[in-house]
Amino acid sequence: MALPGESAAEAAAVLASSLESVLGSRANANRAFEILERLQAEDEEVILCAVRTCSRLFGALLERGELFVGQLPDEEASLQEGYSAEDKYKVWMRHRYNSCINCLVELMSHESFQVQELVLSTLMKFVDLEAKHPLMKAEWKGKICFPRELLKLVVASLIPVEADSSLLISQFQQYLEYDDVRFFAMKAVADNIGHVMQRMKEAPPPVYQQNVFSLISSISVPSRESEIANFLVKQAGNYEEWKVSKLKEHRLAFERMWLGFLKHKLPSSLYRKVLVILHDSILPHMNEPTLLIDFLTAAYDIGGAISLLALNGLFILIHQHNLEYPDFYKKLYSLIDPSIFHVKYRARFFSLADLFLSSSHLPAYLVAAFIKRLSRLALTAPPQALLMVIPFLCNLLRRHPACKVLVHRPSGPADLLEDPYVMDAEEPSESRALESSLWELQTLQNHYYPDVAKAAAAINQSLSLLEDDITELLDLSASELFDKELKKKTPTVPLEFEQVRGLFGQKNDIFAEHFLLE
Amino acid sequence: LGFSQFPWLPPHRHLLWDKSNVFKDKRFGEYDTKISPEEKMMKRFAMERQQNYGKKSIYNLNEDEELTHYGQSLADIEKLNDIVDSDSDDTEEKGILSAELTAAHFGGGGGLLRRKAPMGQQDEEEEKPKSRKELIEELITKSKQEKRERQMQRENAMELTEKLDSEWKDIQALLAHKTPKSERTGKEETPKPDEYDKMVRELGFEMKAQPSDRMKTEEEFAKEEQERLQKLEADRLRRMHGIDEQEKKKPKHMSADDLADGFILDKDDRCLLSYKDGKMNVGNEERVEENQEEDGENGGNEREEESEPGSEDAEEATAEEIDAIDSHSDLESDTGSDEEASENEEEKKKHKRNKKKLQEEVEQNAKIEAARSELPYTFAAPESYEKLKSLLSGRTMEQQLVVLERIQKCNHPSLEVGNKAKLEKLFGFLLEYIGELATVEPPEVKTIDKLVLPLYHLCQMFPDAASNSVKLVFQDAAHDMEEMIEVKGRAAFPVLDMLIYLKITKILFPASDYWHPVVTPALVYMSQLLTKCPIATLQDVVKGLFVCCLFLDYVSLSQRFAPELINFLLGILHIATPKKGVLGYTLVHPFRPLGKNSEQLLVQDKEDMETWQKQNLPLHIMTRLTESSKMEMNHIKLSCIALCFDLIKRCAALYGLLPSFHEIMQPIRGVLTEHLPVSRYPKHLQELHQNVMKELENKEKHYYPLVCEKKKPVPLKLYTPKIVKVLEFGRKQGANKEEQERQRLIHKHKREFKGAVREIRKDNQFLARMQLSETMDRDADRKRRVKQLFNSLATQEGEWKAMKRKKFKR
Repeated sequence: MALPGESAAEAAAVLASSLESVLGSRANANRAFEILERLQAEDEEVILCAVRTCSRLFGALLERGELFVGQLPDEEASLQEGYSAEDKYKVWMRHRYNSCINCLVELMSHESFQVQELVLSTLMKFVDLEAKHPLMKAEWKGKICFPRELLKLVVASLIPVEADSSLLISQFQQYLEYDDVRFFAMKAVADNIGHVMQRMKEAPPPVYQQNVFSLISSISVPSRESEIANFLVKQAGNYEEWKVSKLKEHRLAFERMWLGFLKHKLPSSLYRKVLVILHDSILPHMNEPTLLIDFLTAAYDIGGAISLLALNGLFILIHQHNLEYPDFYKKLYSLIDPSIFHVKYRARFFSLADLFLSSSHLPAYLVAAFIKRLSRLALTAPPQALLMVIPFLCNLLRRHPACKVLVHRPSGPADLLEDPYVMDAEEPSESRALESSLWELQTLQNHYYPDVAKAAAAINQSLSLLEDDITELLDLSASELFDKELKKKTPTVPLEFEQVRGLFGQKNDIFAEHFLLE
Repeated sequence: LGFSQFPWLPPHRHLLWDKSNVFKDKRFGEYDTKISPEEKMMKRFAMERQQNYGKKSIYNLNEDEELTHYGQSLADIEKLNDIVDSDSDDTEEKGILSAELTAAHFGGGGGLLRRKAPMGQQDEEEEKPKSRKELIEELITKSKQEKRERQMQRENAMELTEKLDSEWKDIQALLAHKTPKSERTGKEETPKPDEYDKMVRELGFEMKAQPSDRMKTEEEFAKEEQERLQKLEADRLRRMHGIDEQEKKKPKHMSADDLADGFILDKDDRCLLSYKDGKMNVGNEERVEENQEEDGENGGNEREEESEPGSEDAEEATAEEIDAIDSHSDLESDTGSDEEASENEEEKKKHKRNKKKLQEEVEQNAKIEAARSELPYTFAAPESYEKLKSLLSGRTMEQQLVVLERIQKCNHPSLEVGNKAKLEKLFGFLLEYIGELATVEPPEVKTIDKLVLPLYHLCQMFPDAASNSVKLVFQDAAHDMEEMIEVKGRAAFPVLDMLIYLKITKILFPASDYWHPVVTPALVYMSQLLTKCPIATLQDVVKGLFVCCLFLDYVSLSQRFAPELINFLLGILHIATPKKGVLGYTLVHPFRPLGKNSEQLLVQDKEDMETWQKQNLPLHIMTRLTESSKMEMNHIKLSCIALCFDLIKRCAALYGLLPSFHEIMQPIRGVLTEHLPVSRYPKHLQELHQNVMKELENKEKHYYPLVCEKKKPVPLKLYTPKIVKVLEFGRKQGANKEEQERQRLIHKHKREFKGAVREIRKDNQFLARMQLSETMDRDADRKRRVKQLFNSLATQEGEWKAMKRKKFKR
């Protein structure tokens, strides 16, 4: 019996002796209870030891084939009905095995990561052994049996509803290299999501979604069918017929899993994470990418950074899957607000915007509205963004010569009292951008950063024909800018000639008026 | 105009002119349109030749055209020659012709008779022209006579000098007691100089010194200073606009090497060493220069020097001096700030303030004096930061200044080679020390305020080292911030020392340059501060506003646009407004529309509003917020809002001319009018608010459509030949100009020499011919006479024979 006061060493001794006796003779089978009892012990050391013993015990039993194969009868029923002694033993042992697995799955939510890790590897060892020595009777000859139920339990315990399990998931990733494990894991995840959502009634806890995301974002489907050859299952059977070896099935499972996940409302941080990987690790692996339209359009309508990120997926759908998105440009136009110069995804947005606005079939009013809006917002941008956006605008002017009136209007009215451009208009066509001029860039010619001023001065001359390459400027950061400035060499350093009179002693010093030297 | 100029006209053309005074061009083919101009010219030329041909006699070969040599008629050359040669012949007596004769003959021979004729007429008017022979004889006798006379004269002169010499020798014997000349000169210098002479000489020397240097009045000094400042200002403007950045003629400031010479350029001199006085006195350049000279001369003799300037200072702090400096400083500030119209009241205020300041300075000088006496006189330059710290810590502010001053003096670059490096290091250490002073609790800002002076002077001496140290400081700070962003996802405002460094940068370097190796990185760094550091506490607000002040300070002269500044001020206004409903503006990064810090500056307490007085924010609240009571916090908040208002007002004034001014200010205007709870603010704050609104509203709206500058047409490529100067063909080109010139002269000399030889030969031939004809004449004459004699003799003989025959017959 597992006594509360039992020390780890004593427990280890008991476990070792009972393991030996159980494996040694069937007469001592009852000692298996001693092992199972210690799985529920308080002491971490004892648990670890017990888990290891279980692993060894049932590992050996599985290999020996001493567990009952097929539909397991009830424990009581098996004792009464006419089974042979051998079968009775096997059934009884199988029941012990099942209860061991139940204990182990419970232990997956143990607070100690060490225990969790050991339990996970033990369970996966059982999965491995069951795959080799299936506990189910093959329904027909050549059918390949995979321990789906066991894996389902593992997956369910990997994505708990309450606790963050990202560390465990990263441990699990090594098993995802097996194509069959991955396949059944995807199915298990999809089922699990369905169950949990049903239970939770439209209010999935963010931790759960986070766990699911960290599990499924690490799953990637092979791109060719020939690559599917790495199986955990080592059984004699017809692998070609097995649906696990079909790429289409994989994709279907993948698609179901993701759609099941994305069907529900996501917290915005997760939304962003999903959208960041959507275009290159989800969309290409789906059978029907168009199924994501709903998700993407919903995301695009949310606004802010999420919309910016949804652009990328939407673009792929429009570009490769003939999606027609009404008012796409209007939406894009409305996306441009001051924050785009400050968000992390600036480079991404501008490379896409560059792409969207590269078509020469766009009407001039639309492009002019974009140019005018971007330049208006450039009045609030930091220098690193300005260095990118000014050449961007110049490129637009080059591509759409009809917009050159924005910088060159020789026969216009001499003096306007208002900028004709209407910033608040939602429709680009109502913004009257073509009647305006780029005074914003003229303003930026007075920018304190010399390179910005130089770039903005480009509109004073008629623009050269070649476009500027902005790819390097797209993700220019402020610190890069700073380092670049420091590296510049000069022969002489000009000095201030005004005589110093102290810290705040300069002429018309603002500081002297507002701060005290104390 | 002579006929010959229009030879193609028919002769007597004046007869052909119409009586009706109409000028008709009778030249050949003038009205014939069929003939081309070239043909016309050819025809006319042919006609001319024909006419001439027909007119002259066929035998007259020579009259046809004038012979020329190098474009000059030969006759002219010969005429010139005979002037040159006129007196060169008298020494060599060759042939029988006299000098005058030859002179006459060296021209063309033909001219001789013509020219001689009038002469003869002059001499003997009534006589008939002499025969040739007589003439020549006369010439010969004349020349001989002249020669004899000349010889006579020479002999006489010789005789006279000999006589004089002999007489002198006699007299010399009488003066024998005097020393010979060579010794005399040596002795003459030794005798004691006369008092008078001395004085004269001294006066002479004194005249050479430049009195103008000393006679300069205060006004002149002021003017000079003003000119200097104007020049520097022009220089600054040039750099501000980024014009000809490459073209940097000379270092703007003197390097340490220049100082070592004690040599100061006329225009560029500044009070480089005025740190000696501990306190600044601008405009007293003269004294500074003197000091500097002294410094060069007896640099080692510190003790003397140490005491001198100090005592001078004390003496000179008289009322007069105060006035003089006072007026000067006024002048200076006037020149600097053009926009400040010289309002009398303000000036008066300034006067008062300056006077008060000077009083303080006097006191300070006294303190420094005391500090001087207590400290040792020499200090070694610190090798490490710790050493500097140990030197400075524990001393009073005045003592620290004196220590620094003495370190600089003892290690002046002119004294030893390694001193430059030592002082360059000192700048870095001092900077570090200032940073540490700013981080201690409470920050010793007052000390920093004074330490800025030695820092400034070190910077003026070693601009490169100084800029490198400051850059290093920024680099570290920027990298720290970068790391913090990577680790925590956001940065915090730096502690006070960085803010002080930024301010010091503004003091040391011109912030208005288009690009500056130190200022531009500092601007980028400040931009990062304003965009990346979220505001979490009231301290952050104060720091942020301090950075805003810095930013505005940096761009105030160049009037450059800083979007971050406007964004940040908008954010500050945002956190001063109560949150409700929709915003009419969008906030950018460090600020969020909602959140726990979005009402940081909101003041609700009515009582605190009423008790608030405008106060300057002390710098120490940036390190530790000591005011814990709610009322004091609220007061600080209100002061921050007041500061923000003032900054907005300044921004409006600064950017009023930008074409997008209204778009830039539009969000701020929105918050000011709609969201800010102005009506609850204290009265003074409301006034400030009104001022800001006025400043924002009274800018006119003008939008001129943009027009590109016209492109210059690209000129065609011209393949202009490379032109090399060829002086003489077929000659070797000399390597340099001198060689070429020499070659040219040699060539010319050769040519002239040949010409001269030719001429001489011609003359000789002519003379020989003349001689021959003379002898021929003489021979013929003699023959004729002999014949005559023979004839007479023959007749005599005949007669005699006839007589004899007669006698014989008889």
